[in-house]
Amino acid sequence: MTLNPRLRQFLQAVASMFVLLAAWQIASFFFPYYLFPPVQDIVVRTVRILVNWPELKQVLETAMRIFIGLAGAFLLGSLLAIPIGRYPKLESYITPFLVFLQGIPALSWVIIAIIWFHGTEFRIAFIMIITTLPAFTFQVLDSYRSMSKDLFEMTMSFRPSAWTLFRVLIVPTILPGILTAWKINLGNAARVVVVAELVGATGGVGYELLRQQQLFDMAGALAWTIQLVLFVLVVQQVIVWVENWLLRYRPVSERAA
Amino acid sequence: MADPLIRFREVTKEFSRPDGVGTFTAVDRLSFAIEKGEIVAVLGKTGCGKSTMFNLLAGLIEPTSGKVDVAGHDPFSEFNAFRGKMGIVFQNDRLMPWRTALDNVVLGLEILDAKRAEAEIVARRWLARLGLSGNENDYPHALSGGMRQRVSIARAFAVEPDILLCDEPFSSLDEMTARDLRAEFVRLVKQAGKTAVFITHHINEAMDVGDRIMVFHRPARIAYEARMDAASREGSGRQAIQDEILKVLSLETGEGMPAAPVV
Ligand SMILES: Nc1ncnc2c1ncn2[C@@H]1O[C@H](COP(=O)(O)OP(=O)(O)OP(=O)(O)O)[C@@H](O)[C@H]1O
Ligand SMILES: [Mg+2]
Repeated sequence: MTLNPRLRQFLQAVASMFVLLAAWQIASFFFPYYLFPPVQDIVVRTVRILVNWPELKQVLETAMRIFIGLAGAFLLGSLLAIPIGRYPKLESYITPFLVFLQGIPALSWVIIAIIWFHGTEFRIAFIMIITTLPAFTFQVLDSYRSMSKDLFEMTMSFRPSAWTLFRVLIVPTILPGILTAWKINLGNAARVVVVAELVGATGGVGYELLRQQQLFDMAGALAWTIQLVLFVLVVQQVIVWVENWLLRYRPVSERAA
Repeated sequence: MADPLIRFREVTKEFSRPDGVGTFTAVDRLSFAIEKGEIVAVLGKTGCGKSTMFNLLAGLIEPTSGKVDVAGHDPFSEFNAFRGKMGIVFQNDRLMPWRTALDNVVLGLEILDAKRAEAEIVARRWLARLGLSGNENDYPHALSGGMRQRVSIARAFAVEPDILLCDEPFSSLDEMTARDLRAEFVRLVKQAGKTAVFITHHINEAMDVGDRIMVFHRPARIAYEARMDAASREGSGRQAIQDEILKVLSLETGEGMPAAPVV
């Protein structure tokens, strides 16, 4: 029997999840509650967050912070990448700076942001943007560089204005790379955001995690973590849909099943 | 007599070699003039610099020395003076993979700020003229090589440029289709009083399409030139020119190139 490859993939994922949950459940019989709470308790807590508005609001708050950070890093990254793409000489000046930024841990930014700035939201936005900016810049730059010289000259032969060139050639060229960059950076941002929320947020997943730690509530800690994972999964899927629609022109080889 | 529309004066184009040592001369002190309304066919062995001459004419690359003049302007430094005035059919089709056949043809009109609805009407008409009705909504990957080439011809023609530059526009078409399009091409250019430079590898195509034939040396310089008219397109006149072109082309020595040109 041959299964539809996507269905098979799905079943494989379910099977591995099932093994993990079973192992957890067995552990819950032998260890104290605060170390391994039973699976059903975690599920109940997870669902409760989703259906309880004040709690769901905090998840959305964190989602919003991720989004603002990514959008800001994307805009700034594009603003940096396009001039570097056009004038390659700039690269030797800007790249070392970005590489340097990339090496700084998120936690250091938390400290810096607390010392430098007032206002929780501003601090969080700063941390989110600064931690995802280098990757966004490099990714946008790479996709800009993949632009075909032939198509560029063909378009130029009609003498477009800078804006038209951007719209008809540059945007479609860099779009696939940008979507990939969003997918990659989304995961990074979701990990950074809970750290960034340590700057004194009074709401959000990071704040709730800290509270669960103080209460020694493992089920709660996991339930809040799962919210973030679910958020990333849902947004990834949305990006994949958008991608499939925007990039529908791409041929698929029949060999590539 | 009025000034010629296109003039090359001692134009040289050198490319730097990939290893950075020395230069490679693709066009060597090339001079010629083309009058308004003329169709000039350019012949020459592969790698002799035809496409490079073309890029110079289109203002896409800058001459190393010498002067290119089109209608009193320098196509490279006064690039924008030629907005909507030049239509280029490139050697490879250069279609945007993310645009349908129709949208690829619309591109030039869109860049020239035509209204979308009008641009579409024009684009559809051109696609129909080139035998592509029904393929408007296909993406390039779903078209055959010859179909893609015709889309790129439609894209260049749709903007109704004064000057048409065609780099082997009919090379990936079957002989019957190519013959029809060749006749249509000549009719279009003549009817609208346009000027065309037409690169080809086929001596017969050059003689059928061109008012004048230029045969290039390598690096690009004029090795032979002939004016075509009713008399020289027929019988012994044609034969004489063909023999002459063959002689010039076979004298050309090329590195690793096939000896016999296509007739
Ligand atoms: N951008 C470039 N950089 C370096 N060398 C180049 C470049 N463009 C063309 N050349 C060289 O210039 C020479 C002429 O190339 P060109 O494309 O003009 O030939 P062509 O006459 O159009 O040939 P074909 O009939 O095969 O199309 C070739 O040797 C090519 O390698
Ligand atoms: Mg060529």
